[in-house]
Amino acid sequence: MGERVGLEVSIAAAEAVKMANVDVIAAYPITPQTHIVEHLAEVVADGELDAEFIPVESEHSAMSVCCGSSAVGARTFTCTSSQGLALMNEIVFITASMRLPVVMVLANRSLSGPLSIWNDHSDVMSIRDCGWIQVFVENGQEVFDHIMFAFRVAESQKVSLPLIVNVDGFILTHVIEPVEFWDAETVKNYLPPFKPVNRLHPDNPVTMGAFGMPGIYTETRKAQDSALIEAKPEILKAWQEMADLTGRHYKPVESYHAEGAETLFLTMGSIGETVSVAVDELRAEGKSVGQLSLRLWRPFPFEEFRQAAAGAKRIIVLDRAVSMGGQGGPVATEIRSVLYKEKNMPVVTNFLCGLAGRDVTVEDYKAMFEKASKMSKRRVREEDYILYGVRE
Amino acid sequence: MAVQAKKAPIEPKHPLDDLIRTDRMPHIWCPGCGIGTVFSSCLHAMLASGIDLDKTVMVSGIGCSGRGAGYAKVDSFHTTHGRAIPFATGMKVANPDLHMIVFSGDGDLFAIGGNHFIHAARRNIDMTVICINNLNYGMTGGQVAATTPSLARTTTTPLGNPDSPFNLPLLAYASGATYVARWTMLHTREVTDSIQTCLTRKGFSFVEVLAPCPVNYGRRNKERPLDTLKMYQDKTIIKNGANPAELGVDFKKRVVLGTFVDVERPTFTETYDKLYHKE
Repeated sequence: MGERVGLEVSIAAAEAVKMANVDVIAAYPITPQTHIVEHLAEVVADGELDAEFIPVESEHSAMSVCCGSSAVGARTFTCTSSQGLALMNEIVFITASMRLPVVMVLANRSLSGPLSIWNDHSDVMSIRDCGWIQVFVENGQEVFDHIMFAFRVAESQKVSLPLIVNVDGFILTHVIEPVEFWDAETVKNYLPPFKPVNRLHPDNPVTMGAFGMPGIYTETRKAQDSALIEAKPEILKAWQEMADLTGRHYKPVESYHAEGAETLFLTMGSIGETVSVAVDELRAEGKSVGQLSLRLWRPFPFEEFRQAAAGAKRIIVLDRAVSMGGQGGPVATEIRSVLYKEKNMPVVTNFLCGLAGRDVTVEDYKAMFEKASKMSKRRVREEDYILYGVRE
Repeated sequence: MAVQAKKAPIEPKHPLDDLIRTDRMPHIWCPGCGIGTVFSSCLHAMLASGIDLDKTVMVSGIGCSGRGAGYAKVDSFHTTHGRAIPFATGMKVANPDLHMIVFSGDGDLFAIGGNHFIHAARRNIDMTVICINNLNYGMTGGQVAATTPSLARTTTTPLGNPDSPFNLPLLAYASGATYVARWTMLHTREVTDSIQTCLTRKGFSFVEVLAPCPVNYGRRNKERPLDTLKMYQDKTIIKNGANPAELGVDFKKRVVLGTFVDVERPTFTETYDKLYHKE
């Protein structure tokens, strides 16, 4: 293994991209993603990374460039946030349907309006159904590891799909953390050179992005959905091999004191570490509480989630986005549906919190636990969701 | 949260206080930034032009200049990145009585929103577009923009910019703008006069104002704040009616300022009304 150093998580992310030896980087500046891209511009300029760095005129162009470079067989990386992702939206769907294994770090930030640069998950939830593999990370080390993981999984010939690593904006991107780097040998063993399934090359011409008439469109959709679902074994394999090489074990659903716990928190991203402190304190007070963290969001790990949640009486789902006019948060809505056919289905209590960077502390999570404990164990309409801490 | 008691006004008032949302002060612009001067010119022009300020809307995109819409005490719309012109187009065609002022930066108007600029000029939408050109994306930390001079250093071009910048007056002229001018923020009076002219004439009017960004552009290009202003004084020449093709921004040579286009042609609303709203 490489050295353990303290540095800004954005820089660690860029260093991981450098070690993954990407060929093309195309990005447009947007807070809080900028440090990652600026550092990549530097390492390319310094000759540390032999890649093309393309500072395009908008995110729509960034993702279009990425599609082009990936289509000719170049290892491709981009990075954005919030409105940038919203502007990319059209091409984000194309990338997945063309099966182009672009890797994106999404520095999660709230969507306008009001205009906000702070962290929540409203950006990524807006593209929930785009067909990319989507993972969430909790700290700097996980960011570094998951960039290696991202290229490895996305470019695997059995997968050939784009992948988003969700990194909480500011809360993670701008903090300094200890990160254990991989040495070059480990990277080489883990990440083989990119050999695309199909690529645009004059020796073997193919057409990408062609018209799909009603007679074929449904079948292409089925194929794409299957590809995403069938990526899971490769995802699990990539985590297993990473564990063998680095000693760090990652799972689709991480659990913390979950076994036998009556109440489980469900988190995604950096709030997970704060919640685990709350879990410790609540357990010290004798409360039966544990925690699940959803690392793999797409393809959804149904089996692993049901197993991890088995036996719980209540699940407190912490959503970082609002599904307007729906049932509260997008994650809770999905969790209810995933558990619907379970015997003794746990009550799903949904707290929406930490919108646009509003601080949520250990005390807040403990307060949520207390509030949830006093709520009815029956599933009633009024319990569908609570916007935590809202001033009315 | 308790509403804070309104602070007692500080006397004497600034002459532009009636046009500024003073509760939003202090502004975000850095020491040495040129945007404030242009903003002030714009407000002076709005007052001097005599236009009905109750029928005036300021529209901005994203970026340091984009804060303009939030600071002006008229109806204003702080839009998403690049979309100031189409938002303003919507307002203008729905209510042709409005005076539209688009106050934004080079990154916003000419990179992410470049497409809108050429089409609004082509259609001759009656609006005044003021572009503060500071040669980079200042707000996000000084990345390369579509206006960054060749070979200039930015955070995303550490060895120098390999691309060529837009010649904005040429682009405006070629797209069909009916009024095109360029000044630097040092030419405060000319900027004010130009904007005043735009506000009282019909058609798509464009004013480019070169302005320093000492924190993000100057620092990386060995340009001290006062050096930039000296350059604006020494290396510029006023040549009204100059050939738009010769208006590239290169301070190693002379940068041409002045009014380059001032013509009349029917605006979008006039032609549209003639064809579709026959009375």
